[in-house]
Amino acid sequence: MKEVLDVARGVAWRVLHRMYTSPSIFLPTIIFPLFFFTAFAGGLSRVRHIPGFDFRSGYTAFQFVFVLLQSAAFSGVFTGFGIARDFESGFMRRLMLAAPNRSGIVLGYLLSTIARWLVTITVVTVVALVARMQIGGNGVDLFGLYALGLLLNLAGTLWATGVAMRLRSQQAGPVMQMPVFLLLFFAPVYVPLDLLQGWIHAVATVNPLTELLEAGRGFISGERTRTAAAFAISAGLIAGFALWAVRGLRKAEAAG
Amino acid sequence: MSLAAVQALTLARRSIIRTARQPALVVFPLIFPALLLAVNAGGLKAETRLPGFPTNSFLAFALAVPFVQGALLSTVNANVEFARDIQTGFLNRLALTPVRSLVLLVGQLGGLMTIAVVQGVFYLAIGLIFGVRLKSGFAGGLLLLALEAMIALAFAGMGSWAALRTGSTDAVQSLFPVFFVFLFISSMNIPRSLIETNWFRWAATANPVSYLIEAVRSLVITGWDGEALGLGFAVAGGVSVLGFALAAHALLHRLERA
Repeated sequence: MKEVLDVARGVAWRVLHRMYTSPSIFLPTIIFPLFFFTAFAGGLSRVRHIPGFDFRSGYTAFQFVFVLLQSAAFSGVFTGFGIARDFESGFMRRLMLAAPNRSGIVLGYLLSTIARWLVTITVVTVVALVARMQIGGNGVDLFGLYALGLLLNLAGTLWATGVAMRLRSQQAGPVMQMPVFLLLFFAPVYVPLDLLQGWIHAVATVNPLTELLEAGRGFISGERTRTAAAFAISAGLIAGFALWAVRGLRKAEAAG
Repeated sequence: MSLAAVQALTLARRSIIRTARQPALVVFPLIFPALLLAVNAGGLKAETRLPGFPTNSFLAFALAVPFVQGALLSTVNANVEFARDIQTGFLNRLALTPVRSLVLLVGQLGGLMTIAVVQGVFYLAIGLIFGVRLKSGFAGGLLLLALEAMIALAFAGMGSWAALRTGSTDAVQSLFPVFFVFLFISSMNIPRSLIETNWFRWAATANPVSYLIEAVRSLVITGWDGEALGLGFAVAGGVSVLGFALAAHALLHRLERA
C-alpha cells in the first residue's frame, strides 16, 4: 500500500506542478467553466421568464449546478489529455518502468484531478456569489451538491484515463471529450426537464446525467429531489470506469 | 496561368490534402458544431415562446452558429499544421525555392477558405434536411457561402499571424479558448434585444462575432437585411484585411531571419 501511495503522491505532485507552472494548461480548466457560466447565466437569464419555468433560486443558481457538474467531468477529461501527452513524450514509459506499483499511477492522476477541480470550482463559486446567486439549500444540501460534483469528477477522470491508456495518443482527445460533452448537453441544461420538447426530452429522460443535474438543482434550491438515484448512478459510474481505467493500464503495460 | 497563381494553387492543394488525410481534423470541425446545434435547437426551443423572439424555429435561429464555429475550429486546426511547418523547418526549406513569400500565405489561406466552404455546404444541408427554409432563397444561400468563406479568411488571417509570430503549435492551440470567448459572449443563443443582463448585452454589442452571426442569421430567418449583411461583411472584411496584413508582415520578418 505504501508503494501505491508513494507513486500516487509523486504523480499527483508532478501533474499539479506542471499545470500550475504552465498557463496554457492551467488557464483553460478555469476559463472554460467561467465561459459557460457567464454565457448561460448572464446571456440567457431571460429564459426564466418562459411560461412554466419555476426554479425557486433563479437562473444563476440553475446554471451554476450545470457548470459545477460540467467542470467536474471536464477536469477529468483534461487529465486524460495530460496522460496522452505523457505517452507521446515517452514519460509514461519511463514512469511505468520506475513505479514499483503501477496502480499508483492511476491513483496519482485521480488525486491531481480532484485538487485541480477544487481550485476550479472555488473560483466559479466565488464568481457566482459575486453575481448574487441565490442559495436556498442549507449546509448539508451544499455538501451534497459538491459531493455529487466530486463523484462525477472521479468518474470523468477514470473514463478519460481508460481511453488515454488504450489509445496513448493526443489524437484520442475527441474520443475522451465527445461522449462527456454529449451526456452533459443531452441533459436539461437550459430549462427544466418538463419544458423540453420532442426528441431532446426523450433523450434527457433516459440520460443518467439528468438525475445528477436535477439532484444538484434540488440541493441548491433546498428542495431535495432524486438524491438517492443521483448518488447511486455516480457510484455505478465510478465502479464501472475504475474497472475500465485499470484494464486500460494493463493494456498499456502489455503494449510496452 | 501566371507562375504565382500556380504556386498558390499548389500550396492551397497541399493545405487541403493535409487536412483531408487527418480524419480528426475533418470530422471534429464538422460534427462538433452540428451536435451543438442539435443540442441547442432542442434545449432552447422553449426560448421561442419569449415575446419578441424573431422566429418560431430555434433551429433556423441557431443555424448561423455552426457557420462561425466551424470556421473557427478548422482555422485553429489548419494553423496548428502551419505552425508545425514552421517548427519542422518546412517553411525555411520553402524559402529556398522560387516561391514568393506572399504566395505562400495566399496558398495557405486559400486552402482554408476552400475547407470552410465545404463545411458551409454541410451545415446548410443539415438545416435544409431538418426543415429550415432560407428566407433569402437560393441566392441567399450562395451569399451565405461567400460570407462563410470570408469569415474563415478573417479567422485564418489572425491564426496565421499567430502561427508565424510564435512558430509554436501550442501557442496556436491556445487561441482556441480566445476565439471561444468571442463566440460565447455574443448573440449566438439569443437576440441582443432580448438579453436581459446589461453588461452581457453591451459585451455582445461590442463583440464583432455577434455581427458575423447576425449576418448569417438574417439570410436564414429575415431575408435580405441590408444593415445586418453590411455589418457582417464589413466585420469579416475588416478582420480579414487586418489579419492578412499582420500575417504578411510576420511572414516577411520570419523569412528575413531564415
